[in-house]
Amino acid sequence: MQAKEIYEVLKTEFGDSIISFNDTAAGDPFIEIQSDKILEIGLFLRDNESLLFDFLNSITAMDLVDKLAAVYHIYSVSLNHRIVIKLFVPKDNPKVPTVERCWRTADWHEREAWDLIGIEFVGHHNLIRILCPYDWEGHPLRKDYTAPEFYHGIKVN
Amino acid sequence: MGILNRLNDPTEGGGIVLATVEDILNWGRSKSDWYLQFGLACCAIEFMAVNAAHYDLMRYGIIFRSSPRQADFLFVTGTVTLKMAERVKRLYEQLAEPRYVIAVGSCAASGGPYWEHGYHVLKGLDQIIPVDVYIPGCPPRPEAFQEGMMKLQAMINQEAIFNKRKRIAEEDAKFQNSNFTDSPSDIQIKM
Amino acid sequence: MGDRKIVDLEYSPFESDKFRVNIGPQHPSTHGVLRLEAELDGEIITEVIPHIGNLHRCMEKHCEFKTYPQIIPFVDRLDYCSAINNELPYVMGVEKLLGIELSDKVEYIRVILSEFNRIANHQIAVAAFGLDTGAFTPFLYLFRDREFIVKILEHCSGARLLYNYFWIGGLARDIYPTFKEDCLDAIKRIRVTNAEIMDLLINNKIFIVRTINTGILPGDVAISYGCTGPVLRGSGVPFDLRKAQPYSIYDRFDFKVCVGTGELGTIGDSWNRNIVRMNEMEESCKIIEQAIAQMPMEGDVREKVPKRVKPPKGEIYSCAENPKGELGFYIVSDGTDKPSRLKVRSTGFSNLSVLPDISKGYMIADLIVTLGSLDIVLGDVDR
Repeated sequence: MQAKEIYEVLKTEFGDSIISFNDTAAGDPFIEIQSDKILEIGLFLRDNESLLFDFLNSITAMDLVDKLAAVYHIYSVSLNHRIVIKLFVPKDNPKVPTVERCWRTADWHEREAWDLIGIEFVGHHNLIRILCPYDWEGHPLRKDYTAPEFYHGIKVN
Repeated sequence: MGILNRLNDPTEGGGIVLATVEDILNWGRSKSDWYLQFGLACCAIEFMAVNAAHYDLMRYGIIFRSSPRQADFLFVTGTVTLKMAERVKRLYEQLAEPRYVIAVGSCAASGGPYWEHGYHVLKGLDQIIPVDVYIPGCPPRPEAFQEGMMKLQAMINQEAIFNKRKRIAEEDAKFQNSNFTDSPSDIQIKM
Repeated sequence: MGDRKIVDLEYSPFESDKFRVNIGPQHPSTHGVLRLEAELDGEIITEVIPHIGNLHRCMEKHCEFKTYPQIIPFVDRLDYCSAINNELPYVMGVEKLLGIELSDKVEYIRVILSEFNRIANHQIAVAAFGLDTGAFTPFLYLFRDREFIVKILEHCSGARLLYNYFWIGGLARDIYPTFKEDCLDAIKRIRVTNAEIMDLLINNKIFIVRTINTGILPGDVAISYGCTGPVLRGSGVPFDLRKAQPYSIYDRFDFKVCVGTGELGTIGDSWNRNIVRMNEMEESCKIIEQAIAQMPMEGDVREKVPKRVKPPKGEIYSCAENPKGELGFYIVSDGTDKPSRLKVRSTGFSNLSVLPDISKGYMIADLIVTLGSLDIVLGDVDR
């Protein structure tokens, strides 16, 4: 199935929760959705007979200076098609429902997104840091991040 | 050294070897270096190749041990991150004296390609433990490993043994005072 | 064959007292700096918690400050056992954004070297897996043969491990005159050694008993966890990006997707994951032979390399079948010469996340075997 057709299917099912379909820029098209609907949409994508998106490639968190974004790359092993789902959250309250229930890959990927960008996944069973040490401060991939001068007495920069 | 040459030629020395005690001890130490098997990053793959059939590090008398208690020196092969730094330091402290450290690759020497924005990368192994030999390269070629090893053996051959313990303690104290803002006892390993 | 079953802890007649064992980060068998925290009941694992991040080198942060060609060396250092394969999806992604079409010669060289590096990676994987199960000799045999592949790659690129050879729009430099003969010679040696390894290691009684029926991973669980590569194919799912979504020129070659068949043990156990790697080496040899027969020798490999790489605004997810699984790059371009975000969908990160699930209920000694069969590289997991 092409991305445009998947968008039509989602639009008829979820209506206003699907904000737009964007294929003007170079590269892959993506579907923008409301941030609080990701779990319902994920379960629908996974279980619908004509979609069967059973494989989550990755969850990317991005810092767009004025807001944060989470990008879900989803693939169907049985039907061999891809889709990109994107959602935006404000910087002061970055909360997104977890999709851990839907794809188990999300467990570690959401922890990574929390660690590096600081998007909080509501309902995650164990949302702790994964790459940085557990007592690290700040979210390193934010654009305004400055590395600490010392960590446990070791000079960093 | 020449000790072996004299042993092989009975007409010259008559089976008698004259050398200083230090020379003989150093000769023995430099020809049986045991290292702690400890790979960190890309250089560890090159290090595996050095250990394998083509380059065969074992012919220099260098074999691996899995416990730091049995090892003479530490090959730090690759990028040391801040999460790993305290563990490397602890491994170094577990080595029995005399102990040596070889920093392999540009990451262990200075942070390598990750020096600029590496918020989680240690910029040089010598910030936490003293280093005896640096092997440059990203990763170093196997020949560079061999030369680094031979440099260390040459260093051991030149070493004075007596009163060494006292001198090392002084050097270590000097080193730790200059590089740490906290005293070592303040640093806690967080698991 | 021994019929090992998962022990059900609830029916244990003894009072059990659980304790925790720390494995790593300095441990000869954790393939780098992985730390595992295992909760044990006697010798039986009740829980495993992997603590990763000991090799987190801030690669994604660096990419935001480097231009597109400068990123290629960082990409090399992700999964350092298969550097050429890492470069391929990255340069393909940027080329797709720029709209560059490549000449046949470049594509063929890319495929040949990628497949060679796939073999080299599997040789390291099988050798390290042999070490985990206590077999030292296969390590020496496989590394002896890996040197011939490394020599070809070194002759082409000038480096032994991390190549920086695939450039955006072409290659760093042309191949050398005796390239084809060297490749065919290397394949001949690889085949001889692989036959030896099959006798020496894979069909060895000790090896079989240690690896079959351990760490069983069913196919649907593997997909749910995002496992790819030999880990997924060992579970019997014939998924290979080279067949599913042919990139580069992989649609021109005749090869088959190897899956675990369960001829010994169960589908999805450690032995089946390993035999997939052995069979894939043979398939890679076949691809290389076909590519060498078809490859043109004329042409400039740098004619399409742009002077200044400045892709238009947009984003792309470019993925390829790495030896370890699907490696993807999500490149977000804002129209300047540096990407505004580059996210690596690394293979090992997803493959390792399945370990707590598949090692539960087995013995502690099986944990190392299961981990070895996943074939992770910590540079890839932690980035």
